[in-house]
Amino acid sequence: MENLLWIFVSAVLVNNFVLTYFLGLCPFLGVSNSLETSFRLGLATTFVMLVTAICAWILNTYILIHAPYLRLICFIVVIASTVQFIEMLIKKLSPALFRAMGIFLPLITTNCAILGLAIFATNRGYGFWEGIIYALGAGVGFTLALVLLAGLREESELSSIPKLIQGTAMNLIIAGILSMAFMGFAGLFSTT
Amino acid sequence: MKKNESYEEFIKGVWRDNPVFAQVLGMCPMLAVTNSAINAVAMGMATLFVLVGSSFLVSSFRNWIPKQVRISCFIIIIATFVTIADYTLLALVPKVHKELGAFIPLIVANCLILGRQEAFASRYPTRLAVMDAIGMAVGFLVALLSLGIVREILGDGALFGVKLFSENFEPWVIMILPPGGFLTLGVILLFFNWFKFKKDEFLEDVAEAERSGS
Repeated sequence: MENLLWIFVSAVLVNNFVLTYFLGLCPFLGVSNSLETSFRLGLATTFVMLVTAICAWILNTYILIHAPYLRLICFIVVIASTVQFIEMLIKKLSPALFRAMGIFLPLITTNCAILGLAIFATNRGYGFWEGIIYALGAGVGFTLALVLLAGLREESELSSIPKLIQGTAMNLIIAGILSMAFMGFAGLFSTT
Repeated sequence: MKKNESYEEFIKGVWRDNPVFAQVLGMCPMLAVTNSAINAVAMGMATLFVLVGSSFLVSSFRNWIPKQVRISCFIIIIATFVTIADYTLLALVPKVHKELGAFIPLIVANCLILGRQEAFASRYPTRLAVMDAIGMAVGFLVALLSLGIVREILGDGALFGVKLFSENFEPWVIMILPPGGFLTLGVILLFFNWFKFKKDEFLEDVAEAERSGS
């Protein structure tokens, strides 16, 4: 139980996927211009992560022991089909959200956070529950980082910023400062 | 003429449409592995191999791949090349492979590669597609290297593992930690913005001088 809690907190704060591992930066820099959209994208990504973690565990336990070199191809196919499924679901349930996310919804497929999650979980030899908790933590961490940056960017639109610094350069520097703040959590756990 | 065309595709990727500085693609490996110059080179070479290989295959098969399932086809082709690169690096340079860790398999998810297949390789003949891929990959390598060199010199006081300064140099550790990646790339992009800004200003001045002169 304690172990599971530790995995969760470490994935959300200490080893935040976006700010410490640099995974999923494309949506992080691309979609984070409004709070609402980024929160929903975070939720969609979390869901894909959960499904991927379950599929990865099944694949690892039953199929890939016989053919480890197929790992990457199997994972990516699973992720691509999950994303396709979510895309159809969102299109049906909320067309407005579908339009707001635009190209970034299909791009969840190439969001390295998701593939990264499957690979990290495999490398660390996580079991079924550990994998699910890890996916949940990673998803929450991703959403947290996305929402934080979106909030800061919405605020920054109200202030006058030199034209030169606007755009990606400023977002990266904001992200750098956020990342520094998250480094403070590294002292949270003294063991490992 | 033919040579010019290929050259044009090549130079486009290296400078004008540089994948990192101009299009802001492929950021994840860009920031994650550039804490030393040698890692940056290994990553750049692996990406070069994957990009050129998959561009070649995709553009050779471009008339046979059905439009509806093209993305899945591209992804499977890319994943195959990444697996080859992964096992090759493991066999040749196990130390670098260990340091890059999960980021070699993650080349699959590099939006730069899928983007090139979708935007270029699936529409143009093989020769141009390969030139475009080489150009983009070299541009990516240059970007990786410039970030890696800055971060290694500031964060470790060394370049390619060779110490540059005397004992008195206090390494700026934050530069090799994650925040340093964001900050360095932010500053480099700032520099590029400034460059573009100045160029636009200059062009405007020239245009104005011509108007008043004539």
